[in-house]
Amino acid sequence: MTRLLRLLPLLAATALAARAQETIRVGEIACLTGKEASLGTSSHQGTQLAIDDVNAAGGVLGRKLELISEDTQSKPGEASTAVRKLIAREHVVAVLGEVASSRSLEAAPICQNSKIPMISPGSTSPKVTETGNYIFRVCYIDPFQGPVLAKFALTHLKAHRVAIFSSSTSAYSVGLAKYFKLAFVEGGGEVAAEPKYAEGDKDFKAQLTAIRAAGVDAIFSPGYYNEGALIVKQARELGIKVPVFGGDSWEAEDLITLGGDAMEGAYLCSHYSPEDPSPRVQAFVAEYQKRYGGDKPDSNASLGYDSVLVLADSIRRAGTTEHAALRDAIASTKNFDAVTGRITIDANRNASKNAVIIQVHNGHFQFVESVAP
Amino acid sequence: MSEFLQQLINGLSLGAIYALIALGYTMVYGVLRFINFAHSDVFMVGAFIGYYAGEHLPRGTVLGGMASMGAAMLGCAVLGVVIERLVYRPLRGGPTLNVLITAIGVSLFLEYAGQLIFGATPRAFPDIFPSRVIEIRGLIISMNQVIVIAVSTVLMFALEFIVHRTKIGTAMRAVALNPKAALLVGINIDIVISFTFALGSALAGAGGVLYALNYPSIDPLMGVVPGLKAFVAAVLGGIGNIQGAALGALLLGLVETFVDGSRWSTYKDAIAFAILIAILLFRPAGLLGRVSAEKV
Repeated sequence: MTRLLRLLPLLAATALAARAQETIRVGEIACLTGKEASLGTSSHQGTQLAIDDVNAAGGVLGRKLELISEDTQSKPGEASTAVRKLIAREHVVAVLGEVASSRSLEAAPICQNSKIPMISPGSTSPKVTETGNYIFRVCYIDPFQGPVLAKFALTHLKAHRVAIFSSSTSAYSVGLAKYFKLAFVEGGGEVAAEPKYAEGDKDFKAQLTAIRAAGVDAIFSPGYYNEGALIVKQARELGIKVPVFGGDSWEAEDLITLGGDAMEGAYLCSHYSPEDPSPRVQAFVAEYQKRYGGDKPDSNASLGYDSVLVLADSIRRAGTTEHAALRDAIASTKNFDAVTGRITIDANRNASKNAVIIQVHNGHFQFVESVAP
Repeated sequence: MSEFLQQLINGLSLGAIYALIALGYTMVYGVLRFINFAHSDVFMVGAFIGYYAGEHLPRGTVLGGMASMGAAMLGCAVLGVVIERLVYRPLRGGPTLNVLITAIGVSLFLEYAGQLIFGATPRAFPDIFPSRVIEIRGLIISMNQVIVIAVSTVLMFALEFIVHRTKIGTAMRAVALNPKAALLVGINIDIVISFTFALGSALAGAGGVLYALNYPSIDPLMGVVPGLKAFVAAVLGGIGNIQGAALGALLLGLVETFVDGSRWSTYKDAIAFAILIAILLFRPAGLLGRVSAEKV
């Protein structure tokens, strides 16, 4: 008996070692709870679906992928803790996430220093991948999204005088506001008011009253859906009837749940449309709905899905999970056929893809137009 | 001009909610000489009680809305009394610092228990009162703003009446003046303190529902920022002073709103707090506070 007891730790260790050899451990950081939970949950569901799909098809290099998820609670500071834990304790080969640029910016330096490749599904701030050569993303960046929205406002909305109502505490909002303004002014538009709010604010009436007094053709609010919904609701309450539009972080079911009828007619920028007739997209939409039920997957779900596909493809091409080789393989991704379009990782480790404009119509997101880079 | 009036209304409705929370801080401080940091989380619980009550009561009616608010006030009053009985009373008589730290503990307990029970994801607060917009010559007043200002005013007058015109109110003031002397003349201090907590918490509950009505997204951490602002408002008005708390809260609401509506909106809190610090430099005991020799 005592001999058996003495053997127990050894047995456990061998079992663990065997398990470690069996699976390829992939880390994920996502905001599963808190303010931006809607974005993180979508992205996580897409990621998990892709991991299961890859495994069902036989895995990678004869090994199964294992997803280890950490919740960042939509809070500053949590992303760095989560990533440190994934790298030091879970020994992941790569990190997928975050959706929010501010939290990706927290995680990126840690991944860079540990030389662990990181792929963000939906962070669009250019600064994220500027952190270093181990940081990638599978979406477009704000210097592209900003001009797309500026052009949309000028040509589609015929708005020449707009207000930009951005958050001063989110890297994403500050960046997107800047790139939008540059393109909008260059296109002959005028920015009449630029009030700011802070993440977590709930009262926007003061700024909106100032915007109302400025008399604008449209309001652009680059920020997250949570504040976005309250901004639009309060704007309508104050009798502001002009069109409002936001960036890709407005695309969440909760935007419509929180904003209600006030959101009708609002526009936003997105990464793909579930109404795209391509068989690749339709197969993904069907599979996602079969697995999770409910509404069609939004762009964060599809970007989460794509981040896994790009990683799996890169591991396959590298033939190993060794960090440097894996990094080089991700960097050389070319014309990879993903759900959100063909992904080519450019010299700055970003993906260049089409942007899609969506409108809230009868409580659902509806495709308006697609804009090529 | 119309913009100025609009901002005035926005500021008043924000200040009115701060006032309801600030009253709870100031009353507990007046009677017990300690800051009840859990107060801002009682405010959050009030919003959630209003949310659940609103799901079961007819929506969009004055009666249903009043009933939801009544449920929130009652629920919070009970919560306030329970917190005092279980947590603060055993520590009474000990150093104030111990109670203060315990209050922070209760605050964190409520916040994280809230995340466990309600979930951390924000929820949309239902329109429990009829939502309508009144327009007078370009001036837009929402029904919710009217309700916030009206309900707060009524509650503040009711509080003023209770404190100055009733027997229990007189007992409260006696305990605030000198607990030992109050005990000697036969006042049951336990009942008075429980009543103070019930009253303050009920106001916080009403504040929670009104806040959620105006800014309809609620989550378990929603009390932190308004609670902090209300605390500052109570200090600004002269902590322990009921009219002072209301005045400080209205002032803070107005200053915040006017800074937000100007082009310096990025520095909203910095400017608002700089003004408050300036006021406190000239009136260290707050706007209506009396400078008293420290009783040690």
